[in-house]
Amino acid sequence: MLDFVRTFLRRPAGVVGLLLLGLVCLMAALAPVLYPASPWEMSGVPFSRPGENGMLLGADTLGRDVASGILHGAQVSLLIGIASAGTALLIGVTLGCIAGYAGGFADMAIVRFTEIFQTIPSFVLAILLVAILTPSLGTIILAIALVSWPPLARLTRAQVMSISQREFVQAARCQGQSTLLIVLRHVLPNAISPVIVAGSLSVAAAILIEAALSFMGLGDPNFMSWGYMIGSGRTVIRQAWWMSLFPGLAILLTVVAINLVGEALNDTLNPRISRA
Amino acid sequence: MGLLPRLLGKLAGIAFAILVIATINFMLVHAAPGDPALVIAGQSGATDEKFLEQVRAEYGLDKPYLVQLGTYLGKVVTLDLGYSYRQSRLVSDLILERLGPTLLLMLSAFVLSLVGGIAFGALAGMRQGKWSDLAISLVSLLLYATPVFWLGLMLVLVFSIQLAWLPAFGYSSIRAASLGPFGYALDVARHLILPAITLSAIYMAVYTRLMRSSLIEVRFEDHVRTARAKGLTEGAILRGHMLRNAAVPVITFAGIQAGALIGGAVVVESVFAWPGLGRLTFDAVTARDYPVLLGLFLVTSMLVIAVNLLTDLIHRLVDPRVSIR
Repeated sequence: MLDFVRTFLRRPAGVVGLLLLGLVCLMAALAPVLYPASPWEMSGVPFSRPGENGMLLGADTLGRDVASGILHGAQVSLLIGIASAGTALLIGVTLGCIAGYAGGFADMAIVRFTEIFQTIPSFVLAILLVAILTPSLGTIILAIALVSWPPLARLTRAQVMSISQREFVQAARCQGQSTLLIVLRHVLPNAISPVIVAGSLSVAAAILIEAALSFMGLGDPNFMSWGYMIGSGRTVIRQAWWMSLFPGLAILLTVVAINLVGEALNDTLNPRISRA
Repeated sequence: MGLLPRLLGKLAGIAFAILVIATINFMLVHAAPGDPALVIAGQSGATDEKFLEQVRAEYGLDKPYLVQLGTYLGKVVTLDLGYSYRQSRLVSDLILERLGPTLLLMLSAFVLSLVGGIAFGALAGMRQGKWSDLAISLVSLLLYATPVFWLGLMLVLVFSIQLAWLPAFGYSSIRAASLGPFGYALDVARHLILPAITLSAIYMAVYTRLMRSSLIEVRFEDHVRTARAKGLTEGAILRGHMLRNAAVPVITFAGIQAGALIGGAVVVESVFAWPGLGRLTFDAVTARDYPVLLGLFLVTSMLVIAVNLLTDLIHRLVDPRVSIR
């Protein structure tokens, strides 16, 4: 474990990513401390420029503090990103395991199904799902998960297929252990690490999808979100650039951080692949 | 296997995919909270009980699910996508008239991202570890993490509002009618620049990274060393011996990415008021016009399938070793 940490920390990009990610988590954690009032509440003069009226990043069209929105938005983005990537992992790993270990007809059916899901324009499906099921945290997470699982399923399948050919798996099978036990105890732990890396990268993708959904007006109306802030600021961008600029920078920062950490994780876990 | 059976197999696959996509649509209508007739009619617009009755009869909503599914699939096959109560138009008409601008935007962004990605990637790969390589890699890392709609807004802020070089939104100017065919094309092209750059940016970043690593691999192959030993200049080696080989994986990947391109187009068109399928989606979302959304999902999926077929063909032209799978 210590070795793992040391290898990880040897990559400057990974360290930078980790620091940035720490900053975003800190922002999310400090939101209720620094801005205890609801980010939806009017707290100053509308259209205040950054720095004016005691608002560091200015106010939006209704006098809501942009900085407060960004801190509270960090909570929502991280929550949705992690929850939907987790759900996508659950779907992808389950289907991938079945396809990779069972083979035969189950494998063929799942592969076909996955292929079709990969052709479907994922963002259009996400819009359709959230619009029809009515926007809420739950439906947004579900929609993002439903469009993000296919690559994870494919990766899991390939990993499981190669691991299940190994001798120790054959040995377990000869001992008469149950299939479920073999998959859970012998195959999965050895197959999972690249899948976890891909899953961590899909947190970043999920945050981008969530931002786009709430930009289109499909965010949860009870939670402040970065995409919503940009969407509501866009009509007045001629007069007030700060309403759109800062939330966008927050998204950019978060996604870059997660990508950097994910890539460094990948390099640490799969040193041979990364050198190619 | 001969060409014909392979082609038939491919067509069967496509038909099956469309069947699955239409079934997803059907399931969504029934998963929605409330009366499916309201969803088909477009919830917020239709409180007209007579119209709802008509919808129930037309889609057989009192019959068993399987019969309903059959009815729905029959409608899809005959390209009957329903009726938008909100816009008082057939959904298929609405979609058809918006198809052109979206195809124009997608094609421009596709070409731009591919050409830009291959060019920048080749540049970075040739100067691996140098200044320009680092700069290109850093920019592509940032672009890859940028929300598309935000990038569009920032480009508008800089190029339309601050510098006033390019129009901020729309498909053509108001005075476009008086410009003549050539002037009109030029006008549309000017309006196309910002949306196309916005849509292509993230893909350009991906293709740049891919092309860079692909070129670095090709650089050390035997045939390249032979060309170098023959005394060719680096430029000639790049053009004649490396570019094509290195670009093949990039083009393959670009073909797979076509599906995501239309998703990006939805957002970009919303930002730039580009009158295509994306703008139609945005308006349908705002009005909760479900029949239009369902139709759009179906049509965009078919569009992706068509684009995939097309890139497959182009791929075969670039790399003759590839055959239809």
